[in-house]
Formats: sequence, structure tokens, C-alpha cells
Amino acid sequence: MTLTQKIITIAMVILGTVLTRFLPFIIFKSGKPTPACIKYLGAVLPSAVFGMLVIYCLKDTSFLGGSHGLPELISIALVVLLHMWKRQMLFSIAGGTVCYMLLVQLVF
Amino acid sequence: MNRRSVIKKSFFAAFPHTLPIFAGFWFLGITYGIYMNTSGFSFLYPMFMSLLIFAGSMEFVAVSMLLGVFNPVQAFIMTLMINARHLFYGISMLDKYKGTGLKKPYLIFGMCDESFSINYTAEIPIGADKGWFMFFVTLLNHFYWFSGSTLGGVFGSLLTFNTEGLSFAMTAMFVVIFMEQWLKEKNHISSLLGLSLTLICRLIFGAESFLIPAMAAICLTLMLLKKILSKGDCAQ
Repeated sequence: MTLTQKIITIAMVILGTVLTRFLPFIIFKSGKPTPACIKYLGAVLPSAVFGMLVIYCLKDTSFLGGSHGLPELISIALVVLLHMWKRQMLFSIAGGTVCYMLLVQLVF
Repeated sequence: MNRRSVIKKSFFAAFPHTLPIFAGFWFLGITYGIYMNTSGFSFLYPMFMSLLIFAGSMEFVAVSMLLGVFNPVQAFIMTLMINARHLFYGISMLDKYKGTGLKKPYLIFGMCDESFSINYTAEIPIGADKGWFMFFVTLLNHFYWFSGSTLGGVFGSLLTFNTEGLSFAMTAMFVVIFMEQWLKEKNHISSLLGLSLTLICRLIFGAESFLIPAMAAICLTLMLLKKILSKGDCAQ
């Protein structure tokens, strides 16, 4: 690829990304009332999306081979326990991450 | 309170929320910078791409696009597909981003997974301003990603200490955000649907192409359950 072709390719990626981010705001202008269906989706979607993102983070984890996803499962369990105990976001995340790093570097 | 102290308060309210993103973005950003570096690109590429695209997974895909044959239409369509989840975020943020004035275009431009998750769930403390809080969350995240990618591009090959597993901070963060949402909501139907439908689609379609079917399945199921979930008050 020439430099111009590279710049065009990057510009296409920028355009596509910006479009997916701005589209809902362009279609549902804040001046007009948002359609009931979209309002409903806006209210119920986030819960599902956060669930989706958790699975998305684990998409490359192999449960059949390798370490069978054990470092991930153990660390997530720890995050959940720590969060139920103290409910301090940073504490739960730091605890889970240190646990995961120790597991993948030293154990598995 | 005057404007200056509101802005200051908003910044200090936003900053702790972004710390896990700092860990995750620096790790992933540096990795991305190194990847571009070793693929033969100058640091200017990760620098400008992290600044102007600001969509992590997409930027990794963009590297392989740049190494392949010139095909701008395919690049555009692939971007739309990979980033289609932003449509979900936008629909969820229609109300939250209302009344943020000149900051709104930037809030939308910088709406990555992490900025969306924090801005959607965070409780904004009294004395801080919603618009400025969300602005600083977005700006800090953008800065972490930009600085990490650029550093990776410049110094990539010199890094020596063992950071393996550090990116788990992201997974841990989404688990915590999922839990926070879980503790807040009245019923867990949508949360459970998100987990189960995505998992099923991941098993059926594989790691590379499950996201679009998962989103379609989530949307469809939620629309079918509209009567139950909205208790009939949203019928058209």
C-alpha cells in the first residue's frame, strides 16, 4: 500500500467508527421526543450489554485446552467475593488482577 | 459554588473511576504500539490512530488491514460491523448526554466501551457537574489510550518487566460494573439475557464473529419481552 492508500484506509476506519457513535444521536434528535421503543431499549439494554461485555472479555479463553480457563474463573470469583465484601470498585479490580497475574505467571 | 470549583470537583470525582482503565489501556495501548512497531510502522501511526479512531479492538484489526491489499470499502464495512455495539451505547446514552452543551460532540466521539460503562453507571457526587464528570472520564480514557499507544510505538522493544495478565484489569472492571448494575436493577432478566445469549452465540459462531449475532439476539429477545419488562406502560 502507498502512503495515500494507508491514509484512506485509516480515514475509512475513522469514518465508520464515528458513524456508529453519532448515528443514534443524529436519528433521535434531542429536540424531538424519542420513540417509545427506543426509550424502552435504552432502559433495558445496558444490563444486557454489560453481560455481553463480560463474555466478550473472555472470548479468547479456552475452556477445553490449556489452563481450562481456570485463572479467569478463579480471578472472577475473587472479584465477585471482594466486591460483595467491601463494594469498593478499585479494591475488587486490583485484587482480581493481581490474583490473575500471579496465576498466569507462576501457577499455570 | 463557582464554576471553577465545580469543574475541579468533577475532575477529582472522575479520576478514581478511570484508574482501572489506566492500567488496562496502558497495557493494551503499549501492546498495540509494539505490534505496530514490529509490523513496520512508525510511531506516528499508533499515535494518530489512537487519537482519531479511539476504538481499541478496531485499531488492532486496522493493522492487519494496512498490511493487506488496499480495499477501502471493505475497511469501512468491517469497521461498521465491529463497532456496531456503539449503536447500543448511543441509544442508552441519549438522555444522559442531554444538556451537556459543547461537550456533547466530544462525549459521543470518545464513547468507547469503558467511557460508556463508567458514564452510564457512576453516581455523580453532589457538587460535581454531570457534563464535566463525563467529559473528564472520556478525556482521561482517551489520554491513557493515546499515551500508551504512542509510548508502545516509540519504546516498544525496550520493555522488559513481566506484565503478563495485567490486561485482566479490564475484565475485572466489567465484572464489577455488571455487579453494580445487578445490585441496582429491579429484575435481572436483561442482565441474564446478556450473559446467556452472548455465551450461546460465542459457542455457535466462534470468537471472531459472535458479536453481531449476539447483539441481534439480545435486541430481538428484549423487544419480544417488552410487555413484561416495561409492564405495559410503553405500548405504542
